[in-house]
Amino acid sequence: MKAPRSTLLWTALLLIGLGLAHTTWRHLVHQVPLLPGSQVQYWDIEARVELQASGDSVQVRLAVPESQPGFLMQSEHTASPGYGVDFIENGLRRVEWSIREAEGLQWLYYRTQFQVDDQQLLAAVDQPPAIQEQLWEDPIETAAAQLLRRSWQESAEGFSLAQALTQRLSDDSNENAGLLLSELTPEEALVRLLNEAEVPARVLHGLRLEDGRRNQRLQPLVQVFQDQEWRLYDPVNALEAPGQKYLLWQQASGPVLEVMGARDSQVNFSMLSTREPASGGVHALAAGDALLNLSIHSLPITEQAVFRTLMLLPVGALVVVLLRVFIGLKTSGTFMPVLIALAFLEMSLLPGVITFLMIVAAGLVIRQLLAYLNLLLVARVGAVIVCVIGLIALMSVVSFHAGISTGMQVTLFPMIILAWTIERMSILWEEEGAKEVFVQGAGSLLTAIIAFLAMDQNWMRYWLFNFPGLQLVVMALILIAGSYTGYRFVELWRFQPLVKEQEKEDQKDAG
Amino acid sequence: MLAKLARYFATPGQLRQSGVLGMNQRNLRCIGSYNPRKLFPLVDDKLQTKLLAEDYQLAIPRLLAVIRSQMDVKRFERFLPSGQGFAIKPAKGSGGKGILIILETRGDYYRKASGQWVSRQKVERHLSNLISGLYSLGGNPDVAIIETLIENAPEFNDFTYKGVPDIRIIVYRGYPVMAMMRLSTQASDGKANLHQGAIGVGIDLASGHAVQAVQHDRPVKEHPDTGKNLNELKISDWRSMLLLASRCYDMTGLGYLGADLVLDARQGALLLELNARPGLAIQLANTAGLNPRLEALDQWTRRIKGPEQPSEDRVAAAQQLFARDTPEISVCVDQPHHVE
Repeated sequence: MKAPRSTLLWTALLLIGLGLAHTTWRHLVHQVPLLPGSQVQYWDIEARVELQASGDSVQVRLAVPESQPGFLMQSEHTASPGYGVDFIENGLRRVEWSIREAEGLQWLYYRTQFQVDDQQLLAAVDQPPAIQEQLWEDPIETAAAQLLRRSWQESAEGFSLAQALTQRLSDDSNENAGLLLSELTPEEALVRLLNEAEVPARVLHGLRLEDGRRNQRLQPLVQVFQDQEWRLYDPVNALEAPGQKYLLWQQASGPVLEVMGARDSQVNFSMLSTREPASGGVHALAAGDALLNLSIHSLPITEQAVFRTLMLLPVGALVVVLLRVFIGLKTSGTFMPVLIALAFLEMSLLPGVITFLMIVAAGLVIRQLLAYLNLLLVARVGAVIVCVIGLIALMSVVSFHAGISTGMQVTLFPMIILAWTIERMSILWEEEGAKEVFVQGAGSLLTAIIAFLAMDQNWMRYWLFNFPGLQLVVMALILIAGSYTGYRFVELWRFQPLVKEQEKEDQKDAG
Repeated sequence: MLAKLARYFATPGQLRQSGVLGMNQRNLRCIGSYNPRKLFPLVDDKLQTKLLAEDYQLAIPRLLAVIRSQMDVKRFERFLPSGQGFAIKPAKGSGGKGILIILETRGDYYRKASGQWVSRQKVERHLSNLISGLYSLGGNPDVAIIETLIENAPEFNDFTYKGVPDIRIIVYRGYPVMAMMRLSTQASDGKANLHQGAIGVGIDLASGHAVQAVQHDRPVKEHPDTGKNLNELKISDWRSMLLLASRCYDMTGLGYLGADLVLDARQGALLLELNARPGLAIQLANTAGLNPRLEALDQWTRRIKGPEQPSEDRVAAAQQLFARDTPEISVCVDQPHHVE
């Protein structure tokens, strides 16, 4: 009736063999690298236009960036309910939103993703602007002349001159610079000084890239030309941050934001940096014999994104199996921790844990209040679900207005599972007391965190996504763990008194 | 530091030496091999167990009524003999959840086991919650069983705080292998549930005398509420208890079974409920591992040709196989210590 244990062992070995064979084949035949290799950095940038519409038609034009030296544009999209959207490509690249009628506060979003291109695939080359004749007013003429003379002596060509000038201009203790900046803005001063020295330059607007920053403004940057080649200089922060990265928001002079039919308009930027293994090479190779290949790369991009997470689930399941079979950790619900870990994966760990704790705690309080109403069970769980959704909506709104974007992803928590967790925990609380709730809650959370840590590894993501054969290996490990009949770790503690008592009895017998 | 910590743990080798049955082994070797899934409903649904036990003429507390619908809840007293006490139990509950004991009724008021009087509305709400599945596994709809009260045998009065103590006997392939009495305490709120702090007292299969007692998996000497020395505990008419437990195997066909029995003052041993996944704490209460006993029985049954032994023979065999070979540590205080 039951298969002997050796059958299981052979099955597991067969699975491991198949999985490794497929992996080797993928590596040798399809040239998929075994290690994630170099990582690529991405910048996600969001521009938010805010304006007060007064009931008339509104037209908004926002300058938008394009691929440039050091940055390659990956994707862009807009979010603006009710607005018509158009991209204007000639000359200055812009997105144009328009609507017939709009009333009140309006929000328009533009999101884009850039890949950091360290190999400089695009050359920094453009047509330099014409040099303008400079006329200096009396009080600053000498200051400008002195600044220029000192910098000129220290430099060889246009770029080094610009470098020397920015250093002086951002040096607070320089009196000449101070005098000049009392009349002119730093970028104006820099462009005029450079033009005076016959070096072409112009002011463009760009973003200073810092991970996780919100509510940022564009800042003026000076584009300095040496023949056809150009470089960027920050007229304010030359001393502070050498090697700082700037993304040009516009590639030619012109207004950043133009609004017609509304007032109080402004644009804010937020940005986020992510690192992912470079798998661009894998794409092209995997296109052929897709079916035999079992490669997820042959699917459309949107479905690939779904599988990127789904392929990680077996690892989470393995972690749960290991923790239960070998450690004996108590969790509430067998695979619920994996789903929680999945939500953590989307939100990153700390915000995830905090939101989870907050929602469950608030849910427990609400569940207690509902208990007074004397409801049937199904109705009560239903009511808890409604409350949980309300809580999540509330948290999203609050965190959004507080400028914390992670709150918006709370919706990723599996709602029904949260509601059931709350229900089970509150029953547990009534029947077994708070201790058991904490034991099981902590067990679930610990399991979720360990599963998260396992699934969050870069190489883990890379392997499971690029080598589907490894799923069979994970499966084999689960099978082997499933036939373990030895002691769990907690049992070593639990049955320790038994061993002690037996030893005592043996001593008594001997004595 | 590490050495200090290690004192709180046994090594896997030590546990194997003691013959401790672990959770994984229990699930695979015992439950997986001897308890076919399709037989589980027989014990998970207490109503089925009860009806089956009536068919097999096993002694059980008498079934007074079954409440199946919210409509019946409104007129539950019609099913009951007036004035008497009764116990309400969920058919699919676990771990003693959802049990309501009513000692006495007077008009629309009911006296609970704690002595507190509650209104009829409270009892109705309990029944309504129970039927909608509050106490059942997975929250499935349930039915309420109402049965006669058990009268605590006077010999256990000093060993329990409120609640009636019950006796758990593990039956392996029809043979009783280990037994434990569960005594309720104040910490367990009068319930005989080890998780909630009830005391487990290991019982010697041959004599029915106490072996060892544990609370929260750790050894104790006396009952924390009554102060009674737990070593003095002994169960009269022990053989009939073992017989009753052993016959549950014939009734259900489950090869690894936990039978929960009580000793009623008037009716003697009664079957309360059965468990297809009995816990492992019984080993702590007996200071003995289950593994050697299970192996001894496997050997024993291998020698038996032809039909299975009847329950009387099985009990006799088990009592002989698992008698404590050192009777002096089995507790009778007035018995002189045997010195070699």
